[in-house]
Amino acid sequence: MEPVLKIEDLTKVFSRGGQPDFTAVSHVNFELMPGECLGIIGESGSGKTTVVNMITRLLDASGGRITLDGEDITTAKGSRLRKAYRKMQMVFQTPTESFDPRRTLGDGIGESLRNHGMSAADAKKEVSRLLEMCGLPADFAGRYPHQVSGGQCQRAAIARALAIRPKLLICDEATSSLDVTIQKEVLELLGRLRRQAGADLSILFICHDIALVQEFCDRVLVLYHGEIVEQGIPDEVIRNPRNEYTKSLIDSVL
Amino acid sequence: MKEPTVRVQKIRRDSVKMRLIIFGTLAVLLLLGAIFSKYLTPYDPYLQDLRNAKAAPSAAHLLGTDRYGRDMLSRVIVGSWTSIFSTLLLVAVITALGTAIGVFCGWHGGRTDTVLMRISDIFLAFPGLVFALAVAGVLGGGLHNAIIALAAISWPKYARIARSQTLALKETAYLKAARLAGSSTVKIIFKHILPNIMGPVLVTSMLDIGTMMMELAGLSFLGLGAKPPIAEWGSMMSDTRSLLSTAPWVTLSPGIAVFVSVMIFNLLGDTIRDYADPKNRRR
Repeated sequence: MEPVLKIEDLTKVFSRGGQPDFTAVSHVNFELMPGECLGIIGESGSGKTTVVNMITRLLDASGGRITLDGEDITTAKGSRLRKAYRKMQMVFQTPTESFDPRRTLGDGIGESLRNHGMSAADAKKEVSRLLEMCGLPADFAGRYPHQVSGGQCQRAAIARALAIRPKLLICDEATSSLDVTIQKEVLELLGRLRRQAGADLSILFICHDIALVQEFCDRVLVLYHGEIVEQGIPDEVIRNPRNEYTKSLIDSVL
Repeated sequence: MKEPTVRVQKIRRDSVKMRLIIFGTLAVLLLLGAIFSKYLTPYDPYLQDLRNAKAAPSAAHLLGTDRYGRDMLSRVIVGSWTSIFSTLLLVAVITALGTAIGVFCGWHGGRTDTVLMRISDIFLAFPGLVFALAVAGVLGGGLHNAIIALAAISWPKYARIARSQTLALKETAYLKAARLAGSSTVKIIFKHILPNIMGPVLVTSMLDIGTMMMELAGLSFLGLGAKPPIAEWGSMMSDTRSLLSTAPWVTLSPGIAVFVSVMIFNLLGDTIRDYADPKNRRR
């Protein structure tokens, strides 16, 4: 089976005044198989978000290769990149800020559909279906982001991300800004959507909370100072951490 | 910051709406007056009557007459056309030009950005009216050239605002989301960036209407703007400043006209800003 996402030797060096200054991500390798949920865990500044930004091409990689569904997108631009975005979508950390304050949630959810040629009427119907799928009433399409709660907004963001049926869903700390009960609801929603989609949806789940990763992911990578220091099945990593940093990470939770 | 209660928000929103209606109506009346100014004048604004020169305001001449005996009320009404529309045209030109340059620089970055911003620095550091004088002098007199001259020196302020706003927006999650949704750069600029930066830009241009009116008048005074006998508020004031002690109505009537229109546009600008704030639309 071919991986949905293949990351080889991915590196990001931030430079200052033309000189290499800070290595945020160094030689990261991993694969994501269809239907799999891979967690990436690490403290703030460990390079999780940099990895995600490089995968989504919001940031240029300094080295390495990103292969999405068999296609090398490491330097993709313009229409090639827009094509790649049909296969990969993202849910952001800050739900309210991920929607344009001047546009309704429905506009935001339907944007990708409209961009890929769906008529306004069809897009509207699809938006209602997506909202209901994510546990929101269909009339939320007419609301503005500041009129709904953070949890509701994150549900809408998930609806938006799944609108064009991507193969890869990236959740960048998607539950971190929500309180615990809402966090649980959003995770349940993600879990349900994942079960429904089966092998058609792979999830890259970026998180700093090891308990959530244990609950939600099939496999976990531990990122520390831009390098993968440990990987495996969450239960095993937690029970039997081999790396010092992983140990301290687990100790801090327990 | 503490969020105001729903009731306070509603009252605030209603008062903003009220202000918008009032100042909007006043501005529209002013514009309509300017458009139909030719039909609103009680006398021919260019008809001289030297026997009746410098007459004080009376029932026949509500604002008196100037040194050639022309009816001031008619001249102020006719002058509104030249003054208001050349100012609005000027402000529209610099707003569009400055915003376009600013958004381009902010979005694109790189060397083009550096070059354009250094050029705008030069314009900002140079005394504007002196440069406008030079431009208008080279191009020759006339209202069109005065507008070109002022546009050449006034765009950097807008470019600055638009650029900094665009830079701030570029990092927001919703622009990243728009890119992930497959929106092209043009679409992102027109659908997401422009609507979100229009507030501050629009308020600046509304507040600039007054300044531009005065600068156009200044150029007219120096013989580089509207030429006599064309009635234009600025040149009417400049021409007659020597009469301030003997026939003050001749200088004051166009002055008050400038004051009132500038006031209306300023208040309208403030109100539009308050109204455009999306947090005001909370339901």
